[in-house]
Amino acid sequence: MIIYGVAILAFCYVIGQLFGEFLGKAIGIDANVGGVGFAMLLLIILSDWFNKKGYLNRNTENGIMFWNQMYIPIVVAMSATQNVRVAVSSGFIAILAGLVPIVICAITIPILAKLLKNTQLD
Amino acid sequence: MEIIAKFLEKNGLVVAFLAVGIIIYVSGIFSDKLTNKKIPASAIAILIGLILAYIGGIYTKGEKGIADIKIFSGFGIMGGSMLRDFAIVSTAMGASFLIMKRTGWVGALSLFLGIVLSFLSGVLVALLGGYTDAISLTTIGAGACTYIVGPVTGAAIGANSDVMALSIAAGVVKAVAVTIGTPFIAKYIGLNNPHTAMVFGGLMGTTSGVTAGLAATDPKLVPYGALTATFYTGLGCLFCPSILFLLMKVIFG
Repeated sequence: MIIYGVAILAFCYVIGQLFGEFLGKAIGIDANVGGVGFAMLLLIILSDWFNKKGYLNRNTENGIMFWNQMYIPIVVAMSATQNVRVAVSSGFIAILAGLVPIVICAITIPILAKLLKNTQLD
Repeated sequence: MEIIAKFLEKNGLVVAFLAVGIIIYVSGIFSDKLTNKKIPASAIAILIGLILAYIGGIYTKGEKGIADIKIFSGFGIMGGSMLRDFAIVSTAMGASFLIMKRTGWVGALSLFLGIVLSFLSGVLVALLGGYTDAISLTTIGAGACTYIVGPVTGAAIGANSDVMALSIAAGVVKAVAVTIGTPFIAKYIGLNNPHTAMVFGGLMGTTSGVTAGLAATDPKLVPYGALTATFYTGLGCLFCPSILFLLMKVIFG
């Protein structure tokens, strides 16, 4: 049943996000630390385990894949709710403070990616 | 007319489904006919979304883009953090645990570098802008991480409200620029595999920018970038008001 898939996804979401909330509290900050990341790891492990046990039929999987497919439409809706007016009309400093980190980090990406490749050869 | 407006307002989420469907359909035609599929439909759809957000912002002077127009309030639910995170988690289905494990330590390194580099370049820009006190510099540097790290840090160390607003604006500029820019720079930074996507997520950090940018580049990369980016804001909120603020205090008094 489709709802099983949705429920599995919801289970991972709730557990992961709660874990992120508590982790944030534990290190003393008012923010969720990696909740979505933990939820994703949990879903990977759970779906692998269900697959091996043969619990995942096509309908159940569709309950998860529906949201997978809804991802881009949701991102479109998200971009339509960004505070673009502030981004465009904010002064020179705000625009530079947003752009300079992107440039510097973008330059760093190939260096780190190379590091990764080198260590894999070892 | 009033009946229609009221109806649309009351059924916001469903109206948003319809509107987004139309946006994506139109984007598909644009992508096909005008760009010969060179610019993916999802990238055009996201760009249309941003334009709508700008129009909404100009029209209502609000903060939530098109969602501030009552009949489009459903965009706020559909694009809000709950459904967004729920959908991001679902993308993990089909992602490779092996790759994530293998990239793990570089992902962690990229997170750390991403926060420190963004922070320092934000501080540099703030210095050029004439700010010299540790609190303002830290708050603007934190805003250069993400638009959540900025105000959280500013509130923690007692920044004044115009510096807070500036730091939020910097974070928003970053999110929007990453969204638009990613498909264009992907080629030059080798962003075409899961490993690089994880490094990318850790360095850029802005969850909305990274996930939207990767969706426009190659949807298969989304889970990898999202996995690292999701730790960024939390770690930024940890480092900026503490170690990095102390560092600024030592240097600028």
